[in-house]
Amino acid sequence: MTSAPDNPSAPAGARRLRAQLVFVALLVAAWVLWSGMFKPLLLGLGALSCAIAGWIAVRMGYFDTSVFALRFNLRLLRFWWWLLTEIVRSSLEVARVVLSRELRLSTRVVEIDAAMLSPTDQVILGNSITLTPGTLTLDAADGRLLVHTLTVDGARELEEGGMLRRVAAIHEDQACTTQ
Amino acid sequence: MYYAVTLATLATMALALARAVAGPTVYDRVLAVNMFGTKTVLLVSVIAFLFGRPDFLDLALAYALINFIGVFAVLEFFRSRAIRREAEGGSGR
Amino acid sequence: MMAFVLDVLSWVLLTLGGISVLIGGIGALRMPDLFTRMHAASVTDSLGAILVLTGIMLQAGLSLATIKLAAILLFLLLTSPTASNALASAAMLAGNKPGIDTASDGGGAT
Repeated sequence: MTSAPDNPSAPAGARRLRAQLVFVALLVAAWVLWSGMFKPLLLGLGALSCAIAGWIAVRMGYFDTSVFALRFNLRLLRFWWWLLTEIVRSSLEVARVVLSRELRLSTRVVEIDAAMLSPTDQVILGNSITLTPGTLTLDAADGRLLVHTLTVDGARELEEGGMLRRVAAIHEDQACTTQ
Repeated sequence: MYYAVTLATLATMALALARAVAGPTVYDRVLAVNMFGTKTVLLVSVIAFLFGRPDFLDLALAYALINFIGVFAVLEFFRSRAIRREAEGGSGR
Repeated sequence: MMAFVLDVLSWVLLTLGGISVLIGGIGALRMPDLFTRMHAASVTDSLGAILVLTGIMLQAGLSLATIKLAAILLFLLLTSPTASNALASAAMLAGNKPGIDTASDGGGAT
């Protein structure tokens, strides 16, 4: 998650280097925050483990794709807030089903077409669906998500596509730069 | 009030254990163990404040990491076993 | 005054968190098959974790502990759907097909 503004005209190499620097900076911050000690030995160990983690990430090809470049911006915060209200609402729904005397289940499996989203947004959509109680992403392939829902209402809401539209709105202003 | 949350979490862990014992499939057990793990993270966080030991939070984070990796390791094991059985024509059942 | 309001708010959040954790546990035990059990487990994993950890955060105030709690919460919320997806796809691969329960089609959606 970087907060730096994205510069689409920057060459790929520079963007890659910046991503690596941000990654290492995050690791160093995490180490200092969690250790909270500033003895030379511990700082040295921290530097060593940050270097090893960075090397492994490069070796994994973590920086070769831009799939993981989730940009942290105000729209994402707004989406998280909306997701929170959605989680509360559907949790109440599931709680009512769970606590009812006879379990009134009406499970469905629906398929959502999310091919117009970028791979990052497809992951956000799939995880948001799973995070909301009552809906569960079973499988994702070729831009199609297979979703299992606990109630008919949940299936209907998903097919209306409210969540899909909100996920698409997170990155709509930079749709041409994410790929 | 911390005690109430601790008790609720412990009760849920007991329920998850009951599900893990009851099964019936191995995936139900993995689900129950995963639930048990996330409840442990919550329990450790609450206990950190119940006993005034904020350093327990580091343990909670470490437990969350281990739980996540552990669930994936177990799933990968059973997935490869399922694939192998499929290749052998299901004779291993 | 402000501290009192925060105190009450955090107790409310903690109580609700405990209740939702418990509901998820009951659901995981009561539900008839794997996929419906995963729905119930997701109540404890998302709403329960959010409420309990936010409640503790309000108690901790602005301190290092709050940052650590926020990191734990973020990590839990990022990983639990991933683990659920892996579990669901592994179960599907092994032949656990989700059943479609149309028995209560009319009355179920009340």
